[in-house]
Amino acid sequence: MVKLAEWRGKELFRKYGVAVPVGQLARSAAEAEAAVRSGAVPRPCVIKAQVLAGGRGKGGAVRFANTPEEAGAAARAILELSFRGEKVREVLLEEKLPIDRELYLSITLDRAARTPLIMASATGGVEIESAAESTILRVPVHPFAGLLPYERRRVAEGLGIPTPLAKAFDALLDRLWAIFVAEDAELVEVNPLALSGERIVALDAKVIIEDDALFRHPEYAEVPDELTPLEEIAREKGIAFVQLDGNIGVIANGAGLTMATLDVLAEVGGRPGIFLDLGGTDDPAKVTQAFLLMAQAKPRAVFLNIFGGVTRCDTVARGLIEAMKQVPPETRFPLVARIRGHNEAEGVALLREAGITSLSDLRESVRAVVDAAGNPPGGSA
Amino acid sequence: MTVLVDRDTRVLVQGITGHQGTVHTRQMKLFGTQVVAGATPGKGGSTVEGVPVFDTVRQAIETAHPNAACIFVPAPFAKDAFLESVDAGIRLLVVVTEHIPFHDMLTMYHYARAHGAHVIGPNCPGIAAPGKSKVGIIPNVILQPGPVGVISRSGTLTYEIVNGLSERGLGQSTCIGLGGDPVVGTDFIDALPLFDRDPETDVLVMVGEIGGTAEEDAAATIPRHFSKPVVAYVAGRSAPPGKRMGHAGAIIARGRGTAETKVAALRAAGVEVARFPYEIPEIVGRLVASARRR
Repeated sequence: MVKLAEWRGKELFRKYGVAVPVGQLARSAAEAEAAVRSGAVPRPCVIKAQVLAGGRGKGGAVRFANTPEEAGAAARAILELSFRGEKVREVLLEEKLPIDRELYLSITLDRAARTPLIMASATGGVEIESAAESTILRVPVHPFAGLLPYERRRVAEGLGIPTPLAKAFDALLDRLWAIFVAEDAELVEVNPLALSGERIVALDAKVIIEDDALFRHPEYAEVPDELTPLEEIAREKGIAFVQLDGNIGVIANGAGLTMATLDVLAEVGGRPGIFLDLGGTDDPAKVTQAFLLMAQAKPRAVFLNIFGGVTRCDTVARGLIEAMKQVPPETRFPLVARIRGHNEAEGVALLREAGITSLSDLRESVRAVVDAAGNPPGGSA
Repeated sequence: MTVLVDRDTRVLVQGITGHQGTVHTRQMKLFGTQVVAGATPGKGGSTVEGVPVFDTVRQAIETAHPNAACIFVPAPFAKDAFLESVDAGIRLLVVVTEHIPFHDMLTMYHYARAHGAHVIGPNCPGIAAPGKSKVGIIPNVILQPGPVGVISRSGTLTYEIVNGLSERGLGQSTCIGLGGDPVVGTDFIDALPLFDRDPETDVLVMVGEIGGTAEEDAAATIPRHFSKPVVAYVAGRSAPPGKRMGHAGAIIARGRGTAETKVAALRAAGVEVARFPYEIPEIVGRLVASARRR
């Protein structure tokens, strides 16, 4: 998923005609100071860290300034921060608007109903997860009809939009809907949406574009995301790869089987470190790529759990043996394999010849890999 | 008709000339499925695995009379292929293709619904009724006829579980792989009534995973609307929030979709929840035995 940073989201809002505060991006204290001095950013202003993680307000990543010097100092302080390991590289400076009311508004997918869903709350500025259920208005939108005027009026009514602002709100919601559809978004969220005198202004912007739709949105290819460098490489190679906190790598075929394997591993005291789903491939080259990627993550031990249905066990075994030859000696790791299903006997025999242990029982093999990683149950590396 | 497919199911394979389409056409035929036509624009007049290929679905229907479609068409073109089939009168569609944008799937789902068509998938292994028919890619070798229904959001994990059942002599009535995407044509709650009515199913196995509320929604209907014993497993107990675990739909988002809430909801509905996949055959064996005594 491509999560857009606030400033990118606001660029998109501007393009679609959703009102946002006057602002400018800065990458240094000097740039920030200059933006305020030149008047590009009106005073007083707000300075916000541009990171993808939430909770900026509490972490000192949102500050206020009245002068260019104050803006520079605030930017300097924010640019030294990190959020969940993500270093702040950019700040957004914006005019500080007088706020009458703060609202919450989003468009997302209702999986169960299989429709887009508008969520609105008169209590903006707080995370929607923490808002009381009774304060949230939900309006499903049928994908064929699109967002209709009466539905927009219903949202406006629910939020208590004052009559003089009704037209502006209607246009704003219509444009957010246009973004959701045309940009293949999985989330378009404005929190808070501010009523500021005669205006309705999006003070924040959170937009997530769906990965699977990127083939028709090449413009998002260069947008940085929350992936670790290895996760990024994996994405380019079409391998589902997730880095976790532990030290044992798991390679399996299929998302469900990979998750189930991690669960069993955690249960016997192992700490899963890498989730690597080979998917339906039995292409030996892809198996090799997966192993090289795994080696780069430096796991203490690796468990390969394959169920050959469509995939043949002997093909996977061949790819595996080839891969182990290519892994550089300094990053070699102990490997426990369990390959079951189609052509199992041939696959196990191939592995045995290559000196790779293959066990058929899941519990037993998971215990073997935890032992190989050398960490006692519940202990740390 | 057992659950959606039987010996009379006549399958059209869309994307039959691609690698996957060809391989699985062969496997479906070996399973005993009547694969009567293929469709690939521009490849009409050829044959694949002895199956005639047509340029359009309409031609395929006029000549070969299929009543189900199995779709292998690549994601960017899947919506078009799907709508063409619904429009031409196909009323069961199994979408194997992965990575279809959910915005496309919303259109596909509602279009099918408006035409009274049933959709399985996308990003799914499909449906198989051992001894009768298979539409999709569930491996032939693991399937065996019997009294156990299986519905699952996973692929290979299902294969492993079905294989475990077969090894213990616990055959299957019908297996459906629902798919791992956020928007699926058939969810647990849609599949439950089909298995409830199916005289050949005695016990149902549900294989869920983190993300969404499909398991919770199913659990809410089971006590009053499902009369057979259910065994469930939920994958992803150790998955961290906010990470997409291989499936587009397998994500704990905004505190929702955790394994804990799913397991709790299922237990509250009287469902036996296995802690590990390998426990399922044992529990099912016990339930089948007691179902027979009744």
